[in-house]
Amino acid sequence: MWDDCLIRYTLAYFINHQTPTIMFDIERWQEIFDTIRKNKLRTFLTGLSVASGIFILVILLGFGQGMRNGIEHEFKQDATTSIWAWPEITSKAYQGLNPGRVIQFKNTDYEMAGRMFKEDIEYESPRVFVRSVNINYGSESLVYGIRGVSPEFQFIEGFSTVEGRFINYKDEVSLGKVAVIGKKIKEDVFKDVESPIGEIIDISGIRFTIIGVFNEQNEREEEVIYIPISTAQRVFNGNDRLDTMSYTLPPAENFDEAVAQAVKFKDNLREYLKKEHKVAPDDESGVRVWSAMEEAKRYYGITNNMKLFFWFVGGCTIIAGVVGVSNIMLIVVKERTREIGIRKALGAKPWSIVGMILHESIFVTAISGFAGLIFSMALLEFVGPHVQIEYVKNPSVNFNVAFSTVMVLVVAGALAGLVPALRATRVQVIESLRDE
Amino acid sequence: MIEIKDLHKSYRMGSNSLHVLKGINFTAEEGELVAIMGSSGSGKSTLLNILGMLDLADSGEYTLDNVPIKDLSETKAAQYRNKFLGFIFQSFNLINYKSALENVALPLYYQKVGRKERQEKALNYLERVGLKEWATHLPSELSGGQKQRVAIARAMAAEPKVLLADEPTGALDSKTSYEVMDLIQKINDEGNTILVVTHEEDIAHMCKRIVHLKDGVIVEDKKIEQVRAQQYV
Repeated sequence: MWDDCLIRYTLAYFINHQTPTIMFDIERWQEIFDTIRKNKLRTFLTGLSVASGIFILVILLGFGQGMRNGIEHEFKQDATTSIWAWPEITSKAYQGLNPGRVIQFKNTDYEMAGRMFKEDIEYESPRVFVRSVNINYGSESLVYGIRGVSPEFQFIEGFSTVEGRFINYKDEVSLGKVAVIGKKIKEDVFKDVESPIGEIIDISGIRFTIIGVFNEQNEREEEVIYIPISTAQRVFNGNDRLDTMSYTLPPAENFDEAVAQAVKFKDNLREYLKKEHKVAPDDESGVRVWSAMEEAKRYYGITNNMKLFFWFVGGCTIIAGVVGVSNIMLIVVKERTREIGIRKALGAKPWSIVGMILHESIFVTAISGFAGLIFSMALLEFVGPHVQIEYVKNPSVNFNVAFSTVMVLVVAGALAGLVPALRATRVQVIESLRDE
Repeated sequence: MIEIKDLHKSYRMGSNSLHVLKGINFTAEEGELVAIMGSSGSGKSTLLNILGMLDLADSGEYTLDNVPIKDLSETKAAQYRNKFLGFIFQSFNLINYKSALENVALPLYYQKVGRKERQEKALNYLERVGLKEWATHLPSELSGGQKQRVAIARAMAAEPKVLLADEPTGALDSKTSYEVMDLIQKINDEGNTILVVTHEEDIAHMCKRIVHLKDGVIVEDKKIEQVRAQQYV
């Protein structure tokens, strides 16, 4: 008889005690505050376990976000919207031409593409590799790659000039004999002079003046000497040949739009270049176009998976917290068996016992949950921006996420506490009171 | 006040059935002071459980103050318990983190009496058991006799029809036992109906009637000349 009543009591409790009644039943609150005041240690320990659960969860989520931020940051160093095109050897016969034909980009390709896609492009630059040259600095022979580029190349690669300046438009038009070197070269070769700016290097008998030093995320990319493309083509017999064409696209509203924009531009550019060079439309080889954005999408995918993983770990932490709360409440009920028996003998109704236990536990979980939340959020707020670990940047947590976590914990704690609370109503009065 | 007719109760212990109460017939008028005696296993605890509405009989009738006690939901039982009955226990059963005053006020909380009125009433009852100046003390700061007097004040606070005392002197020395019995007698003098479960002869003889229970049946039920506890105090 008692057993089948339990569910009815529980329902009766929630029906009789809708929110307003719970909130404004001052007698009940006084009773609970009395209980808490007189059981400080127990309440403190319960609260501590909940607070540290929330604390761990929030810190974990914070670091998850930090790693995401970190990866995004590392990735942003290279302009993520850059698109590169380069020629290859064809693999299919087309319009009477044999496969295995070497495609060569020309200045006209670059100029035509620039005119056709003017609207879509933010920055553009061709590039040639200057081959078979000897580089000398004084009596020292240097082994570095030399590339001819346009001024906008620095934006496509995301260079920052640490000294002097990059190649400008005037250098390009006037076939300036100027060179920009990577920071690594400065450190390796020009360590004895105060600044490499103004120093002369000899490239196959032609004197170039160093005008700038650039900085790149990747050290290998710093072992390169850039000269104006016009100079490279004219002086080193490059004629109008180009090795690569590179572009960046203007920033898009959001990530998906940026990817769509990049894919569209990439397809159009390839279609145009294939047509120009009579490459079969279905030939995978011949003309290659690569979009950093599509690569970026993969990285974002990884951080998304990571976020998922952290949520999983966070979820487990919550479950652990809930089990902890439920465990403590079971102990509370056991510890208070006698008290519950006394209350029942004095006329406490079953739902008042359930209500008392649940009310107290929800109150304690909520308060300590918020304490843990505030403490961990404060920690992230003040320490977060100073975290200097690679791939972790500004760990932080969305307040709404953390807040709903606390809510979930409180609700789950209450649910977990329901079993002990119902068990409490089954306490047999005479047996529980008979012996010490 | 209390009327029991042909009360049966058995417990199932695995495959065995233990017949504890085998047809109890018992009546108590208002203002009676009855001692229920019997050795352990005689069924007196079970009887007290049923009288206290903490357990249900298998068959038989139970009427308390002309209210038939049957088919009770646990909530209804709790209501009746609060309204009709006051409990006094062997081990006092005060809530150890509540002061004497708060313990006495607890049944009034379950009667939904306001906090202020509760405190006044509780203090009044504490005064009647002579512990007004101990109101703010915790049970751990009280002697055994004092604790039982607080428990009696608590049982009285709800102004019940019947007081059920389960071995009220079982944990006390003789002198304190007599003090407690003196208090119970005085409460009875005011017209309260009291049932005392005990196995001590001298305590039983301080009541007005002794009911002997053996193996689930009443073997003896006699009125006696009450021994006043006052003379031993």
